[in-house]
Amino acid sequence: MTTDVQGLGAGDSKLRDPRVRAIIYQILVIVLFVAFVAYVGSNTAENLEKRGIASGLGFLQQPSGFGIGIVLIMDYSSQTSTHFDVLLIGIINTLAVSISGIFLATIIGFIFGVLRLSKNWVVNKISAVYIEVVRNIPLLVQLLFWYFAVLGVLPLVKESLQIGDNFYVNNRGINFPSIIPSEGFWVIPVALILAIVIGVFISKWAKKRQDLTGQTFPVFWTTVGLIIVLPTIAALIMGLPYTIDYPNFGRFGIKGGWVLEPEFLALWIGLSVYTGAFIAEIVRSGINSVSHGQTEAANSLGIRAGLAMRLVVLPQALRVIVPPLTSQYLNLVKNSSLATAIGYADITAIFAGTSLNQTGQAIEVIGITMLFYLSISLIISMFMNWYNKRIALVER
Amino acid sequence: MAIVKTDRHPDLPPPVSESGVIGWVRNNLFSSPLNIILTLVSIYVAWTAISGFVSYTIINANFAGETRDDCTGSGACWVFIKARFGQIMYGFYPAEERWRVDVGYVLGAIGLFGILSDWVKNKKWPAIYMFAIYPVICFFLFSGGYFGLPVVETSEWGGLFLTLVLASVSIFVALPLGIVLALGRRSEMPIVRMLCVGFIELIRGVPLITVLFMASVMLPLFLPEGVNFDKLVRALVGMSLFSAAYMAEVVRGGLQAIPKGQMEAAKSLGLGFWQAMGLIVLPQALKISIPSIVNTFIGLFKDTTLVLIIGLLDLLSIVKAGTTDKEWLGMATEGYIFVAMVFWVFCFGMSRYSIWLENKLHTGHKR
Repeated sequence: MTTDVQGLGAGDSKLRDPRVRAIIYQILVIVLFVAFVAYVGSNTAENLEKRGIASGLGFLQQPSGFGIGIVLIMDYSSQTSTHFDVLLIGIINTLAVSISGIFLATIIGFIFGVLRLSKNWVVNKISAVYIEVVRNIPLLVQLLFWYFAVLGVLPLVKESLQIGDNFYVNNRGINFPSIIPSEGFWVIPVALILAIVIGVFISKWAKKRQDLTGQTFPVFWTTVGLIIVLPTIAALIMGLPYTIDYPNFGRFGIKGGWVLEPEFLALWIGLSVYTGAFIAEIVRSGINSVSHGQTEAANSLGIRAGLAMRLVVLPQALRVIVPPLTSQYLNLVKNSSLATAIGYADITAIFAGTSLNQTGQAIEVIGITMLFYLSISLIISMFMNWYNKRIALVER
Repeated sequence: MAIVKTDRHPDLPPPVSESGVIGWVRNNLFSSPLNIILTLVSIYVAWTAISGFVSYTIINANFAGETRDDCTGSGACWVFIKARFGQIMYGFYPAEERWRVDVGYVLGAIGLFGILSDWVKNKKWPAIYMFAIYPVICFFLFSGGYFGLPVVETSEWGGLFLTLVLASVSIFVALPLGIVLALGRRSEMPIVRMLCVGFIELIRGVPLITVLFMASVMLPLFLPEGVNFDKLVRALVGMSLFSAAYMAEVVRGGLQAIPKGQMEAAKSLGLGFWQAMGLIVLPQALKISIPSIVNTFIGLFKDTTLVLIIGLLDLLSIVKAGTTDKEWLGMATEGYIFVAMVFWVFCFGMSRYSIWLENKLHTGHKR
């Protein structure tokens, strides 16, 4: 006599079949979801109509009518510029602070991560204190501290601190000489890019040659030399196609030169110091994950400590470091939205803040802002995943 | 006659240069020229920083007094914090009702002790108390309106009290929601999975500020006319959804670490999906993800400061508001250092706890 396996019995209801149940559950979920969306949608439509808020993206063409503190690259005037310009400036400013922040945070993180592993007790502890203090204090507190407590107490413009001849530090920022390009200036950046490209080729050639012959080539110093020499030659050939604009005191404060505004500085320093502490921990765990036998093997082959670090330990550590590093970069970009609190004109502050208040088009504005952050996240992860794949361990 | 020494020669002590204080200093601080330079430079840096900090916050600081004029030292003026201490702790909660908050703290501390400490072995009752009874008590205690307690509007809540409310309510909502989302993300039903993945990735890809903006600006648009939440509830919705997405990923990590055999074994015993999940898989998954859950909670606790941007008076905002008061202008440094220290104590304590817990839980797998 046979016994029926549970769930397959002829008399059992179809509801006991997991596949049938899955379908029913999913239909239920879809119905609930659609009902929820429809409910929210109809409420929203009704509310929008009652408050007389237009929908659609037409508002992007309306004049903005407010001033923006920090404008990079673009021209902006509160009379003629539109909300679309505001959006673009917000994006540019967010990218500016994010990219410079990622750059500085990586440097800080790697330095402190390596120092944290130092056998020198004092160095080790200093780095540990930095990490533990910074990681356990909210970023917003740190940003406000940098902005109001550190940069806010700098002297007035009239009493600027002077460093050297042409650097002024005051509560409106740091002034330093700027370079104003004249005709033929483009040759210099082109020479710089050329130098970098040649450097990449040299490093490839050197690697190949080392594989074939075992001879090494000083790639780093050659590239540094190229980067200095080529643009200099280009500048001399074109007859120095630029003028240098020095900051100096005018009637209404300092004129000329470039200025790093305190809002930008506070955000940049704050983000980098904060993210740097997290990166330091990632670097430390990455280096710790490389088995000590690797270092010992390198030592027994007579490789110097520095070279062993660079050629043996770091490449293996990077595999562990890169994925969490990606998340830190993403966090840094997202955290740059705290600019709102200290008045740096990033996308959240001027577009999701001022533009939203002026037009009242919450849905479109918040939607566009979120879309921007989502695309940035996607691009950074794509790039880092590509890089991760490139350095990943290739096993047989 | 052979001369053979039969007893073992006593071990010689290690050379003085390699042991004790001298050896330690030589090996750790002055082992090479580079090391000597590093040591000297960092001792100098540390000395400058520590002596500067101590002289600013303690030696040259003012502790006594009532008003700004009492601040005569060159260091910090803690009179500012003292004068506003009640506000910093409770916000605008009426002074004669503050005992309710204190009672809430004491009840919470008892529950936390029951759950977190090693002394209480049976965690069932503390857990029931903490997750089912305590929130209800707190709700009636803090907002009032029943049992003869006068109503205190949420707009009067503030300071450290509001920070703690924000953090604990969000974690309380985020944990179960996160578990559901994590299960949904691992579900074999494509539509359920897609919805969960969409929600998690959407929320994780944007900054918390935009989520808070959305909650404060758009939530009223989504609801039917007449229904309106107050600002605190809107912030809570935003923060809970945000942390639920992060919590979901933490729990997913825990679920992935449980071998498939556990689920199969449960099924072969005839347990259904929910029975197997609830009795076999989830307890193990949650146990191994406790440290990450604590870490998420630390992040969430720090992120509560962002409600400053939508105008709620949490610990940070109330101190910031204080620094812009005409009577206390120029107290920014003191204010932010104080806030930083409060947050640091909380977060550092939690991170130490998480490390201790990790070590404790790890013993089961150690050989």
